[in-house]
Amino acid sequence: MIPGQFDYVRPPDLAAALKILKEREGEAKILSGGYSLIPMIKLRLAQPELLVDLRDVEGLDGIRETDDEIIIGARTTHRRIHEHAGDGNRWPLLADVAGGIGDPQVRNWGTIGGSVAHADPASDWPAVLLGVKATIVCRSSTGERTIGAREFFLDTFTTALEPAEVLTEIRIPRRPSGAGGAYTKLERRIGDFATVGVAATVRLTPDGSIGSSGIGITGVAETPFAATDAEQVLDGQRPSDDLFRQAGAAAAAMSRPVGDLRGPVEYKRAMTAEMTLRSLRKAVERALAHA
Amino acid sequence: MTTQHVRVTVNGEAREADVEPRLLLVHLLRDVFGLTGTHVGCDTSNCGACTIHVDGESAKSCTMLAVQADGAEITTIEGMASGATLHPLQQAFWDQHGLQCGFCTPGMIMQAAWLLGQNPEPTDEQVREGISGNLCRCTGYVNIVKAIQQAAGQLRESATAPAEAAETVEATPAS
Repeated sequence: MIPGQFDYVRPPDLAAALKILKEREGEAKILSGGYSLIPMIKLRLAQPELLVDLRDVEGLDGIRETDDEIIIGARTTHRRIHEHAGDGNRWPLLADVAGGIGDPQVRNWGTIGGSVAHADPASDWPAVLLGVKATIVCRSSTGERTIGAREFFLDTFTTALEPAEVLTEIRIPRRPSGAGGAYTKLERRIGDFATVGVAATVRLTPDGSIGSSGIGITGVAETPFAATDAEQVLDGQRPSDDLFRQAGAAAAAMSRPVGDLRGPVEYKRAMTAEMTLRSLRKAVERALAHA
Repeated sequence: MTTQHVRVTVNGEAREADVEPRLLLVHLLRDVFGLTGTHVGCDTSNCGACTIHVDGESAKSCTMLAVQADGAEITTIEGMASGATLHPLQQAFWDQHGLQCGFCTPGMIMQAAWLLGQNPEPTDEQVREGISGNLCRCTGYVNIVKAIQQAAGQLRESATAPAEAAETVEATPAS
């Protein structure tokens, strides 16, 4: 497939990139790994006039840790995150998600910032960022601003990013003791988009009840969403399969799937409940092991 | 739209071309440089037949623009053999019948080469995971996995062989 025509620039630094985005506002599209955008350009579902490749922009890749947060640069590849997340003290769902996106070639090149800014309704990272209540940092020529993951995903391929902004990093709260998380994806085969994916985090209190929880879901609505009704079912309760099933039902009730080649609506709702149950079981198991 | 000048190193050789920004890397390799060993299969980032190495990382060259590769080092299937001697992966695919129609083979070998660079001693399951972005519609993968394991063994042997040879040389005067 031959893409439509476009111009291409590779600015040397972020300031130059921001300047171009401002000058060509609405015409320019940022290119990171390319594994989401280029297929769309080939299918002519996206027809930007100018691609701004961030490949030469330094300071956008890599992972830093502070006392409170893990800070992941937007250009960090899924593979690097997977390697980094192997440490048992970190949120285990980061390893769950980063090791299961696409296939090895996709993980070699695809980046977290590209994936999040692209906001495919069935992509994996958004569910996890909603589940861990991450913060998304973006820059424009006028300055920096932060957006909560829960205010970021607005609609299909639509986020709170402005056309002249660049997503620069993702900040994830560090995993406290007594906290666990898991991401469970139902896919027809490796490399497919999620039929449904559920990220769950729980923080257990010393008496063993759920102090707080986070549930992010992808694949079963026009955009990934936080299943806040399911979180309300969980918070303050003692973990049990019965409770997880109630939470799963609440999550499924919030889903708005469309029937397609990955299954009919009823099936997707049922699988939303099931993947919620499975993620919660694993999240609590991991929380207990991280006391 | 203006063309842009792209300079790359392909299989150790400096190459350059003026290209439209929309030209895909696989088409630069095949149509401009004449390196038709890299195949276009699905053209949708699924099948992996177009897998090559860009700066040492395996990539699907149908999902990368030629201009993105400006300045990069590229290895394709044509760069694997040394003269008339096949690369151990090529020889292993031959020995183990790791192909039938052969269409997926260049991409399969390039992905396997990247995998063995990352993990010289993979389990069969790790091999299958490592080639999960490469589709073969003929073989059922059994012989592909065998071939990659044969090559892995051979590459490990040749990695340790020079050290053993050196020990032998050192040992000679003392004996």
